[in-house]
Amino acid sequence: MLELIVISTLNGVLFGMLLFLMASGLTVIFSMLGVLNFAHASFYMLGAFFGFQISRWFGFWPALLFAPLLAGALGAAVERFGLRRVHRNGHVAELLFTFGLAFAIEEIVQIIWGKSPVDFRIPPVLDFPAFTIFSTNYPAYKMFMLLVSIAIFVGLLLVLKKSRVGLIVQAALTHPHMVGHLGHNVGRIFMLVFGVGTALAAVAGVIAGPALVTQSNMAALLGPILFVVVVVGGLGSLPGAFIASLLIGLVQTFAVSMNGSLEGAFGPLGPAYAQSWLADIWSVTVAQIAPIMPYVLLVLILIFRPMGLLGTRET
Amino acid sequence: MSELTSSVAPPYPALSEKLKFYGIWIVTALILLALPKVFSSGGALTTFSLIGISIIFSLSYNILLGQTGLLSFGHAVYYGLGGFLVIHAINMISANKLPIPLPLVPLIGGLAGLFFAALLGWVSTQRSGTAFAMISLGVAELIASSALILRTFFGGEAGISANRTKLFRVFDWNFGPQIQIYYLIAAWTLLAVIAMYALTRTPLGRMCNAVRDNPERVQFVGYDPHVVRYLAFCFAGFFAGIAGALAAINFEIANSAYLGALQSGTVLFSTYIGGIGYFIGPIVGAIFVTVLSLTLSDLTSVWQLYFGLFFIAVVTFAPGGLTGLLMMHRPLLKGGTLGKVLPSYLMALVPTLALVAGLVLAIETIIHHTVNPGDDPNIKAFGMNFNASSPITWIIALFLIVAGFVAARLTWRRLAQAWDDALSAAHERGYHA
Repeated sequence: MLELIVISTLNGVLFGMLLFLMASGLTVIFSMLGVLNFAHASFYMLGAFFGFQISRWFGFWPALLFAPLLAGALGAAVERFGLRRVHRNGHVAELLFTFGLAFAIEEIVQIIWGKSPVDFRIPPVLDFPAFTIFSTNYPAYKMFMLLVSIAIFVGLLLVLKKSRVGLIVQAALTHPHMVGHLGHNVGRIFMLVFGVGTALAAVAGVIAGPALVTQSNMAALLGPILFVVVVVGGLGSLPGAFIASLLIGLVQTFAVSMNGSLEGAFGPLGPAYAQSWLADIWSVTVAQIAPIMPYVLLVLILIFRPMGLLGTRET
Repeated sequence: MSELTSSVAPPYPALSEKLKFYGIWIVTALILLALPKVFSSGGALTTFSLIGISIIFSLSYNILLGQTGLLSFGHAVYYGLGGFLVIHAINMISANKLPIPLPLVPLIGGLAGLFFAALLGWVSTQRSGTAFAMISLGVAELIASSALILRTFFGGEAGISANRTKLFRVFDWNFGPQIQIYYLIAAWTLLAVIAMYALTRTPLGRMCNAVRDNPERVQFVGYDPHVVRYLAFCFAGFFAGIAGALAAINFEIANSAYLGALQSGTVLFSTYIGGIGYFIGPIVGAIFVTVLSLTLSDLTSVWQLYFGLFFIAVVTFAPGGLTGLLMMHRPLLKGGTLGKVLPSYLMALVPTLALVAGLVLAIETIIHHTVNPGDDPNIKAFGMNFNASSPITWIIALFLIVAGFVAARLTWRRLAQAWDDALSAAHERGYHA
């Protein structure tokens, strides 16, 4: 039991940190540009596929550097030549633009790399068990993922709290119009923020690619969870996104490792109609409902705290 | 007092206007009746049936997006649940020999959609704007994932099927042949379209528009925007349920794809491409997108990519959709200045087509090299034959893209100029809309 708790906590924190790598960019982009980037998870996927391709040609370490740069440049270009144009047509058009973009990116990835998973391997340097708890070997690559995401988290925190750009971004989180009034080159800051945000998502893609499955549907699988994180944390709140990322990471990981069901809990004491009418609900295990846990959490949060955990802004 | 009411209330419509208004519906009904006589092939009937379902679904979506300003990414939930409930209802009716004929069954789907919209809507519509969009996505994922877990009701991956011909019969119609299903769908489409049009004319429909445009003011007037959004959501769910029910009757099966993200995306695409600003927009969009997806899938293997790119182009360049584009020309047509723009249109058309052709050529060539590199390089797309491995193809594609782009920019700028001139000329003559 203790083994399960330790391993699940590690995995949950890891998944949560990965989610936060993406959610942080999404939140900052939303706060500044007022548009929720529907294609954010697509940049995560692009990061994974760019990483796969570059690591094939030049090795994993160049991939870790260049894939996010490439994806970030693409993101900046999307902002400069796409979103800025669509901005005139209102927020709905902006959101729909990114929605169409997500659709198109998935199709393009399918055309280039196919529908089946690609063989994106863990670099041999990191392919060993880092330590053994009880009887489980914990892979070093997962520790590496954790370290990278924590390092980026700390770096992001320092940039946001200490640097001048960070101050502007922070100001834009709460008073986006005032920042513009103060005479900053809002256009360039927007492009930069969009580029950095998508690059962060791509970093998550490169480091998650070898550990999870690199496939053309990975954006569609992760995207909705990402939006749940942002809404649960409170739209536009970075600390909220952090808490929600960890919460969802832990909830999902713990749910996956549990095997209990109502049938098991009640045993022979279960009512007779449970076997026929409620057979599905009665016999389903916690592990089976793990994929819907984030959405259940979303509905619960909406009922009890519609603004999200730390949210203050209406829209 | 009488002066005030006469200036506030619209004038009572004249007989000719009434005739015109009711005439449109009667003509529509006659066209629907006559369509199978003109196009009697089985494929045409199937297409018409799909279009009818899509029209109801898109119009129900526009109650949310166009009229109340709620962007939903999970509208297919109510469509799908309506479909599933109807399949179960058909099975139950035929098992128990209940005296319910098939034409009434779509109502069950509508009520199912209404029930689930009423259940899930209260939480979803608490927020508007971006938050609502994300919440609708989350709720949709919740239902779609649950559908795969609750196997008894949703039938897992395979779905559940029913036999529509074994129900209680009236007029000796067994609804086996597609033509009878076509008439069933056409009748329901007409009914639903009239009902949804009527909804836009009610005080509730007007309050929906007010909530879309200025929710704060609505609160000051004494309405609760949340309640108005909730009611609009329930109506949208009801009509989506009818559409889902008709789809389930048409295919005699309901599976988890009915509830999925792709279905929600498709209805969003067709509504927005048609134009959300006008009542007729989603109808145009439903027809256009259904026909486009059926024909494009014959022409090329990656039609979804073209579809996505087309959607992006509409969002970027024509946010009013196809109907918005057409309606833009109304003042010019009335003012008689449309002729001034037409030459510029023709001039802009040539490089734009060249650009599109170049892009298509490049995409098809790239696809040939990535998807099936070992095959015969002489490929066929959109009815054109070309050699994918010859450098000439690459040069032509590149030339078309670059030259087309440069020329299109120039000609579109000229078109904008000519457009402004024509519009101000029309305004001078007193035509503003």
